[in-house]
Amino acid sequence: MRTLSILRSQAFRIVLVYVAVFALSVSALLAFTYWNTERALDAQTDQIISAEIAGLSEQYQRVGLRGLTEVVMSRSAHGGPGLYLLLNRQREPIAGNLDGMPQTTKGRGSEIEFDYERRVEDQVQLRRARGRIFNLLGGFQLLVAQDVHERFLTEKLFSTTLPWTVGLMLLLGLVGGALLSRNMLRRLDQINRTAGQIIAGDFSRRVPVTRAHDEIDTLADSLNRMLDRIERLMKGVREVTDSVAHDLRTPLNRLRNRLEETLRHLDPSGQEANEIESAMRETDQIIATFNAILLIAEADAGVTRGTMTSIDLAPIADDIAEFYAPLAEEKGVTLEIRPAGTTTIEGNRSLINQALANLVDNAIKYTPPGGRITVWPEMTPDGVDLFVSDTGPGIPPEERARVVERFVRLETSRNSPGTGLGLSLVAAIARLHNARLVLEDNAPGLKAIIRFPRPPMGPRGAAKR
Amino acid sequence: MRILVIEDDLEAQRYLVNGLKEAGHVVDDAADGETGLTLALSRPYDVAIVDRMLPKMDGLDVVAEMREHSNGTPVLFLSALSEVDDRVKGLKAGGDDYLTKPYAFVELLARIDALMRRRSPSSVKTRLQVGDLELDLLTRAAKRNGTAIDLQPREFRLLEYLMRHAGQVVTRTMLLESVWEYHFDPQTNVIDVHISRLRAKIDKGFELPLLHTVRGAGYMIRAHA
Repeated sequence: MRTLSILRSQAFRIVLVYVAVFALSVSALLAFTYWNTERALDAQTDQIISAEIAGLSEQYQRVGLRGLTEVVMSRSAHGGPGLYLLLNRQREPIAGNLDGMPQTTKGRGSEIEFDYERRVEDQVQLRRARGRIFNLLGGFQLLVAQDVHERFLTEKLFSTTLPWTVGLMLLLGLVGGALLSRNMLRRLDQINRTAGQIIAGDFSRRVPVTRAHDEIDTLADSLNRMLDRIERLMKGVREVTDSVAHDLRTPLNRLRNRLEETLRHLDPSGQEANEIESAMRETDQIIATFNAILLIAEADAGVTRGTMTSIDLAPIADDIAEFYAPLAEEKGVTLEIRPAGTTTIEGNRSLINQALANLVDNAIKYTPPGGRITVWPEMTPDGVDLFVSDTGPGIPPEERARVVERFVRLETSRNSPGTGLGLSLVAAIARLHNARLVLEDNAPGLKAIIRFPRPPMGPRGAAKR
Repeated sequence: MRILVIEDDLEAQRYLVNGLKEAGHVVDDAADGETGLTLALSRPYDVAIVDRMLPKMDGLDVVAEMREHSNGTPVLFLSALSEVDDRVKGLKAGGDDYLTKPYAFVELLARIDALMRRRSPSSVKTRLQVGDLELDLLTRAAKRNGTAIDLQPREFRLLEYLMRHAGQVVTRTMLLESVWEYHFDPQTNVIDVHISRLRAKIDKGFELPLLHTVRGAGYMIRAHA
């Protein structure tokens, strides 16, 4: 797994391409330099050969075969890089420091190259030479050559070492790339793990910054500053909701207290007591609406995300169905729960309870006697769906998107009690869980679905827990 | 009963103190956390009512400090903060109950009543009795006047909670929180329906009703009218 992820990493691929390009260009450069140098050396050798041939051919014309033989013999005795062989008409050597015409030659450029044996300090060496065969008038042949063994050795060395050099370069590049990408992967892994912890609700986490001051550190730094800002904003939202809550609840509290105190000192059966009681009911309605708005704001701001735990929806649905069963029965509505296996999500139990209660409460409110309400959670390939279906009047398709907005109640239900925030609250709680509230036609009736995603298996699943 | 009220909103404090005195309690009050803590540590109280946000010393810190000094006075938090996470924080800091403002005074009264009773050593009871109604907590059996009453598990828990608080007012919210462990306002009279079903099982056919509705407050189980 580990090596595979290194091979797949971006850093490793970049290094690989870089090493390949580098090796290729270095080889090309070396080959070109070598080829150029050789050409220059060959040209120099060829020049010497041409000059010698010109000189010797002139000697031949001037002093004839005998003179040429003498010159060849004297030059051969020299012991330098020059090689000579003069052959008669029968192709027998007359003079020169070569034993005979080379059996195998190969052309290279304008000249030929061949191997010859030379005695160096009691040892016979096979050496490389470069030369030209020149036909003299009268059927004689003259071979003039230069020893190019040094060049030959260099060439051999080059052709054997170049592949090794390239191979070594590639190997070093691969090792370097693996090390580099392992380092990169480790640091990316740290960033991933941090992100996972933050998603899980720990906003105090930050990406570690090394002292290298490289691009990843710059990225980590930017991420950390972004996280600081998000944390500040979250804290800000929390403070705002807290202070709004505090600033409104305090006077509401006084109002309710005052009404209660007044009521305590009144004759409970009198007209005034009735009035005060009804004022208290209105106050309670305001409080309920206010609490619902605050909860929606909190859920939307993700303030409560820190309290997410792994919860099974099946027993939650069972309990809510059991809780509302007597109410449904009293209304003549059948409330049934469809059994389900384990349907685990990451969630806030209290809020999920509230969301499901709202849906069931709504269903009971709108389903006429004789109707049927069904509650069930279900595993899907994408996560878990929590269904509440009823056989009430349903919601027209064009209204479905609108009813989850805040405060929207359909005209037909305007007179029944409630804050009008029930579905908005469910939608906000769904959003907090990365879930969606979907309203569908139950034909007849409404099918409300909270569609939970699969619990994240990504960075947090990968990081050891 | 001696009650300590730590509340910085003076008007709310006055109502609270007056109401508690009218209900027959002896009340001390403090308007900030430090004074409150000093009082809580220097005198014995049966219950402390602590506002969550206080000047000089936060309500949470006051209670945490009380617990640090092994002061076990039951604490009821009052909070005007938003609720979802705050309740958990309050209970974690050592609070015994938690009430969000604005609250109904009867709710507060019922809750401090429950807190004070909780303190008196009730030992480990295995059976509860109110009049001729008996509840065996081990066999999970209910009997009235010798006749077995068939109860659903949740009905049993409901009756158990009511009987543990026999003679006290128990509010709908208290039932919701203790019997169902729900912390939301159901908006409908679903608790009343549960109670009327329970009442049908334990009171129907008997001359003396045990389960009473307390107008504007909640319910009470008691043997005498």
